This record gives sequence, structure tokens and C-alpha cells, in this order.
Amino acid sequence: MILTRRTMILATASAGFLPQTVFALTVEASQSIVSALVAEVNTVIASGASEAAMISEFEVLFDRYSDVPTIARYCLGADARSASAAQMQAYTVAFRTYIASKYGRRFREFVGGEIVVQGARSIKSWIEVETTVKLRGRSPLRMDFHVSDRSGSHKFFNFIIEGVNMLLTERAEIGALLDRQGRNLDALTAEIGAT
Amino acid sequence: MKSLTLPSLIVLCLSGCTSAPEGATVHDPYEVDNRRIHTFNKLLTGSLGREDGESRGPRIPSDIAVRVIDFADNVALPGVVFNNVLQGDIGAAGTNTLRFAINTVFGVLGIWDPSDIIGLEEVEADFGQTLFVWGISEGAYLELPFVGPSTERDFAGDVVDALIDPLGWFLPEDQLILASVGTIAGRVAKIDQVGDAIGDVLNESADSYVQARLIYLQNRHFELGIEATDVADPYDDLYGDQ
Repeated sequence: MILTRRTMILATASAGFLPQTVFALTVEASQSIVSALVAEVNTVIASGASEAAMISEFEVLFDRYSDVPTIARYCLGADARSASAAQMQAYTVAFRTYIASKYGRRFREFVGGEIVVQGARSIKSWIEVETTVKLRGRSPLRMDFHVSDRSGSHKFFNFIIEGVNMLLTERAEIGALLDRQGRNLDALTAEIGAT
Repeated sequence: MKSLTLPSLIVLCLSGCTSAPEGATVHDPYEVDNRRIHTFNKLLTGSLGREDGESRGPRIPSDIAVRVIDFADNVALPGVVFNNVLQGDIGAAGTNTLRFAINTVFGVLGIWDPSDIIGLEEVEADFGQTLFVWGISEGAYLELPFVGPSTERDFAGDVVDALIDPLGWFLPEDQLILASVGTIAGRVAKIDQVGDAIGDVLNESADSYVQARLIYLQNRHFELGIEATDVADPYDDLYGDQ
């Protein structure tokens, strides 16, 4: 047989092992990106910076660690289908500011506390990374991050704080905003971009 | 009187809780009235949240707030133990009883919480949860004046919890009044702690009624340990375009 044991091992490794670590969604990679995110968030909330400064820091983190276009599109719902590429692009940019400032404010309330990664597990087609927000003088909060690699790399696309699902909550809110604007996407983009 | 009230309330809820139509995610047949109460509640909480675009943060100093909340939580513990027992969770009842004893004796009537330091954490329970454990359906969504979001089941639970507080079985009247003041102060302190979050939801949402309803129901189901049916998969259903 031409195939030696060593080439067999190499072939198996490159066929099975490599794609898994480089391309596929793994529990380890998901947990490590959330750990990295959490470490950066903890640094920001411990920095004692002003609210505005913290929010702009969170905006950078949101952009780096989450799949913003997918989150934005999901929150828009069915209206995304009839929108032009240019409209979607403008909306996504506005949405990024909106979501970062809204949740940046919430994260800022964790000042004096700390987020700790507890573990990760595979559910449905993604990885759930469980964290605990430890707050001074208050019961700890559970916060789960949902991580996927469908954007091309491991990014979170949702978080759930004490059962409250960000995607579902924001989809309802964006829907209500859209109703208020007579279902005009450009008007919605202008409104949320100004926040 | 009390012995009459409890069973009749449960029967009322058993027969009176409206059941959700098939497939509906939120059962809210009283939406018109609920929205009216929501407007009233918003007026009450109008001062919560941000002012001139800046967060105000809690207005009660956190050192004081923590003591007030600890006291209120301790005063509530006998009621929690009562519900632990009704749910058949004897382990939790034991933990909470021990907590109550330690905090009352060594925490100066519960103003401090030494149990937390030794890792003896409260296992929360209320009568709304007990009704859930007993298999009674959630009923319709309700927004109650002063109280805020609730459901038929949780409202019935609140009423029962208020009527049968085991603390009343062994405390004289004047001490009960002190406990009640502590409970109310604790509630105020808790709302103050999360005032910015409540204020933002109420004052900055396009439809604050829908947001409050969604947040309350999701959080309550989480507390009850109900697995969320809709978890949102933006990749699966073509970016959620349904």
C-alpha cells in the first residue's frame, strides 16, 4: 500500500480536523469571542468614562463582535424584501447607531459590576454562550449570547437578558416605528439614525 | 374569611382565566382597557429615566437602597417559604427558612444579608408561580394600575400573596405595619435602581405598551422556567422575512 500511516493521519487531519477549526461553528470559538467581548465590555464599564464616551466604545464593540446586517434585517422583517440595496445599506448604518446607543445605555448600568462567562453549548443551528452579570448590591442577571458563523466568522447575532430576547423585542419596536412612519423605510432610517 | 377567600379565588381563576387562541403568541383580549391603564401608569412614572438626554441613575444612594431592599426581601421570605411548600419544593423551603433565621438574627432583622455571603441564596417563589406549578393557565395579559404588567394568573397570585402573608401569623399589629412600610420602601428602591431602564422603555419606545408587554411576558416565562417557543433564528427563515 502506498499510503503510509503518516499520510493517512495527515489526510484525515486535513480532511476532518482543519475544516472544523477554521471554517465550522464551534463551541470553543464561540465562547472565546464572547470572552473577548466581555473582557472589553468590563474594561469599558470599569473605566469611569462619561456616558457618551462609553456609548461610542460600545458602538465599536457592537460592530466588531456582532453580525449587524443580519440583526438589522431581521428587525425590519418582511419590509426588507421590498427595499432596494441602497435603502437597506442606509437603514443598516442607522440601525447600527440606534442599537449600540440603546443597549450601550443598558450596559452602562453595569458600572461597578462585571460580566462572567459561564459556559457554552450548541442549540439549534448556533452556539449559546451563557454569562452572568454580577452587579453591586443586586441579584446577578443571566445574559446569553447567541453566536453563529454564517456571516463568515464567529459573531453574536442575539442576546437574551433574563429571558428578554433582543431580536424579538427590537423587531416589535422597529415594526412600531415603521407603523408610526407610515411604513416608509427612508423615514424610519432618518428617525433611528438621529438617535 | 381568609379560609373562604383562598379556595374561591383559585376556583375563580381556574374557571375565569381566559385561554389563548391556538397559535397566538400574546393573549391580550383586554388590550383597549390595558392601554388606558398603561397611559395612566406612564403618567405616574413620568419622572423616571433620562432628563435632557442624560441618564440620571438611581436617586437613592446605593448603600441605603441595598439595606432597604434586603430588609424588604427578608420580610417577604415567610411568604416565599409558604409558596415553596405549596409547590412541594421542600429543599427550597428549607433554604429560605434558614436564610430567614440567619438574616433575622445576624443581619439585624434582615437589614443586612449575611446569608448571601455564605452562598445561601434565595429560591424565589410567589403564588402566581404556585398556580403555574399547579397547572393553571396564564390567562390574559393585564396591565394593572400602579403595579404595571401582569397576567390573570399573576394577578390572582398577587392577591393571594397579599392576603395570606405568614408573617401575620406570628407578628403583632405594630410590627406588621413596620414590615409593610419596609415592603413598600423596598419596592420603591427596586424601581429606583432600574429607573433608567423603565424610563427608557416607557418614554422612548414607539409603542411602549407593546414593549412593556413583550418584556414582561418574556421575563416572567424565564422566571417560571418556561422554555421560550420563539427564540428568533435570523439565518434560518431567510433573515426572518416571513
